[in-house]
Amino acid sequence: MTALKPGVQAPDFSLSTTPDQKVSLSEFLGRPVVLVFYPADWSPVCSDQLALYNELKPEFSEFDAQIIGISVDGVWCHLAFSKDRKLHIPLLADFEPKGAVARQYGVYREKEGEAERALFVIDADGVIRWSYVSPVGINPGADGILKALESMAKSKKTGSI
Amino acid sequence: MDKSATLTQPVSAYDHAEGPDDAPLTLVEYGDYQCPYCGAAYPVVKRLQKTLGKKLRFVFRNFPLTQVHPYALIAAEATEAAALQGRFWEMHDLLFEEQTLLKPETIPLWAKKIGLNLEQFESDIKQGTVEKRIKEDRQSGIRSGVNGTPTFFVNGTRYDGSPDYNSLLAALESELDRGT
Repeated sequence: MTALKPGVQAPDFSLSTTPDQKVSLSEFLGRPVVLVFYPADWSPVCSDQLALYNELKPEFSEFDAQIIGISVDGVWCHLAFSKDRKLHIPLLADFEPKGAVARQYGVYREKEGEAERALFVIDADGVIRWSYVSPVGINPGADGILKALESMAKSKKTGSI
Repeated sequence: MDKSATLTQPVSAYDHAEGPDDAPLTLVEYGDYQCPYCGAAYPVVKRLQKTLGKKLRFVFRNFPLTQVHPYALIAAEATEAAALQGRFWEMHDLLFEEQTLLKPETIPLWAKKIGLNLEQFESDIKQGTVEKRIKEDRQSGIRSGVNGTPTFFVNGTRYDGSPDYNSLLAALESELDRGT
């Protein structure tokens, strides 16, 4: 299974973020989206990947980019995790069917039953412009995401693609 | 596997550094004073400094995780304000040694303890003089691939191993061997 590459239209999906709210990718057409697939909530560090992106929300806002986290955890787990880590990023439950969206994006680890640690930067028209799969034990940070957002903003300005 | 991230902002005279400028090894840490993992890394770094002596230059850059650590920013500001009075490392060390006591109220006491001019210290923080510096370090950290705290860079390359003494020492020593 390989991650979807740049140039491909990002598959739309609709996943629960809380017990009574769903989020669809198509809701965000018109602005860049950063999809953060990650294996599981509750990794035992105070500065995990999501906490980092939460910290960097101001930098992402400069590009009007919406950042979204996705793992196979259920909504109640996401709620507790968000509350504990004071996250202000929507976390989507790729729970039922398990890992279906991760599979669509080519980032599901069948053996472990979890998503890869993968990033997708999607432009305002819903096209993937950058993707990266990190070794699962390494937090990829934000530099790749910001570079992709910058180059998208630049090409938008000059009119080139 | 891709190469690990690299430092975009080279170490310069502008940085807070301990050890010789021409040391064969430079260890940069982006850290947060309220982060327990940085607290755990503090004695590790001290031990590395003792073991490697003049071979190691250690640089600290602030990367407070303000969303998850409410006192991280004020602690970072305290070190930069102390730096303006030439006392960065005393404040840095004190903050980590007394990490469990970190609160906004204790900071002026510590400033006094290390002999800072309290009025200037508080004014530098209040006026936002040190804010700019912290923002710059945050930006250079983001660009360099800082992925949490502590994030270490060994001779400019992000260290992705375990932050324990033996693993870090091994990484540093193998970098030394590469250089010779």
